[in-house]
Amino acid sequence: MSTRSIVPFGPQHPVLPEPIHLDLVLEDEKVVEAVPSIGFVHRGLEKLVEKRDFNDYVYIAERICGICSFMHGMGYCEAAEHIMNVEVPERAKYLRTIWCEMSRIHSHLLWLGLLADAFGFESLFMQSWRLREKILDMFEYSTGGRVIFSVNKIGGQRRDMPDDMIRDFLSIFDGMEQELKTMAATFLEDYAVNTRLRGVGFLTEQQAHDLGAVGPFMRASGIALDTRKKGYAAYPNIEFEPITSTVGDCYARTDVRIHEIFQSIDIIRQAAAKIPQGEVAVPVKGFPNGEYMMRVEQPRGEAVYYLKANGTRFLDRVRVRTPTFANLPGMLETLKGCQLADVPILILTIDPCISCTER
Amino acid sequence: MLKVSKSPWLLHYDGSSCNGCDIEVLACLTPVYDVERFGVINTGNPKHADIFLITGGINAQNAPVVKQIYAQMPNPKVVVAVGICACNGGIFKDCYNIDGGVDTAIPVDIYVPGCAARPEAIIDGVVRAVALLDEKRKNMRKEAAQ
Repeated sequence: MSTRSIVPFGPQHPVLPEPIHLDLVLEDEKVVEAVPSIGFVHRGLEKLVEKRDFNDYVYIAERICGICSFMHGMGYCEAAEHIMNVEVPERAKYLRTIWCEMSRIHSHLLWLGLLADAFGFESLFMQSWRLREKILDMFEYSTGGRVIFSVNKIGGQRRDMPDDMIRDFLSIFDGMEQELKTMAATFLEDYAVNTRLRGVGFLTEQQAHDLGAVGPFMRASGIALDTRKKGYAAYPNIEFEPITSTVGDCYARTDVRIHEIFQSIDIIRQAAAKIPQGEVAVPVKGFPNGEYMMRVEQPRGEAVYYLKANGTRFLDRVRVRTPTFANLPGMLETLKGCQLADVPILILTIDPCISCTER
Repeated sequence: MLKVSKSPWLLHYDGSSCNGCDIEVLACLTPVYDVERFGVINTGNPKHADIFLITGGINAQNAPVVKQIYAQMPNPKVVVAVGICACNGGIFKDCYNIDGGVDTAIPVDIYVPGCAARPEAIIDGVVRAVALLDEKRKNMRKEAAQ
């Protein structure tokens, strides 16, 4: 038997934009076990609900994570709306859907870039982020912010998108789709990329189920579950099927995410075709009383928002279960038995968002 | 525009930010903003870095990490606090696990406010950091000559 050694990985590591620490137990080059330690980004946001008005907390909910900031804000708002029995106008629901899908495209492109960076394909990284800037420009044009938007409020949206803006966006998406296809071909067909992704980090369907994986990480292992199908915002009126793969390796996860980008563009087209005219917000009066559990499909998977209100300005409790937290056990499972050189790619293929996880 | 005399290498660390400023720091390095045209390169190694970009506030868990990275960087070095959280805690100021801005752990030279700090603001901060780096280098030489 070879000798065991422990290699520390993180919290400051070139491949990770965010701090997470792993103690990798190695036998020669093979990882036997990975022991995570977290808490570098913990701020204590959930406790802050005791000091902030439930309307103001929307801004804090958005800052749980800067990548899916729109969906965090929306999840919180929808939960509060359910407690207060507020029916959001139809147009606001469609706007939410459009912005959600734009967030998904931007998050997936960001992830593709980071993955390319992790296996050392610098120009592919730049290409993904160049495409992503187009989405950010659209966000800036429609909401005023590049990463933090603050367009959600309890009862609807703060801003409307004029119809000609939506038309402009659709033509931008048409151009983007072509560029994406070229870029996707490199990810999916390039020989060098394939050697790094194929056959690395298998997670079987049973493992994904048992370890409670969510999102593309789970769908790449063959479980067709998507919280958008449960119906929130305008998703009940949109036709789409969860994208899955049965292989369960890093290549399958990349494949699923790339196809989700195309699916998101399709959902935006459907939403743009169906969006009705009308108001984008309804006035909300009074204070919430009761509790609700809201489930939202984020780019990384299912996020759960639990709100408990007591009829005053301040909520009793906010609890957020983020997708990365659910995916960590699965990630640790895939790390077992892998080569040390594959560790960065394996960590990235769950699309970790440590800031969400630790809040 | 300041004259850039040396190519500064950046080190980026996420203190306890929400990712917003982190992705904006990375966006600076990619085509649309492209700080590489100023010779700025993002490095993962503190021992190669001249400018320390840090986002997010300081908490008990990451304070030793930040101090360690700062200590590993060779002199002269400039610390840039990116985003309002890194400047003074920002929206998370009242959180129980936030001690405050980066200046509670290490000396900060340049503050770039914003939530999230825009890439233009970050580039401006980096360019200012380069000027400061030159000044610090000159002072070091003077001290060495004495």
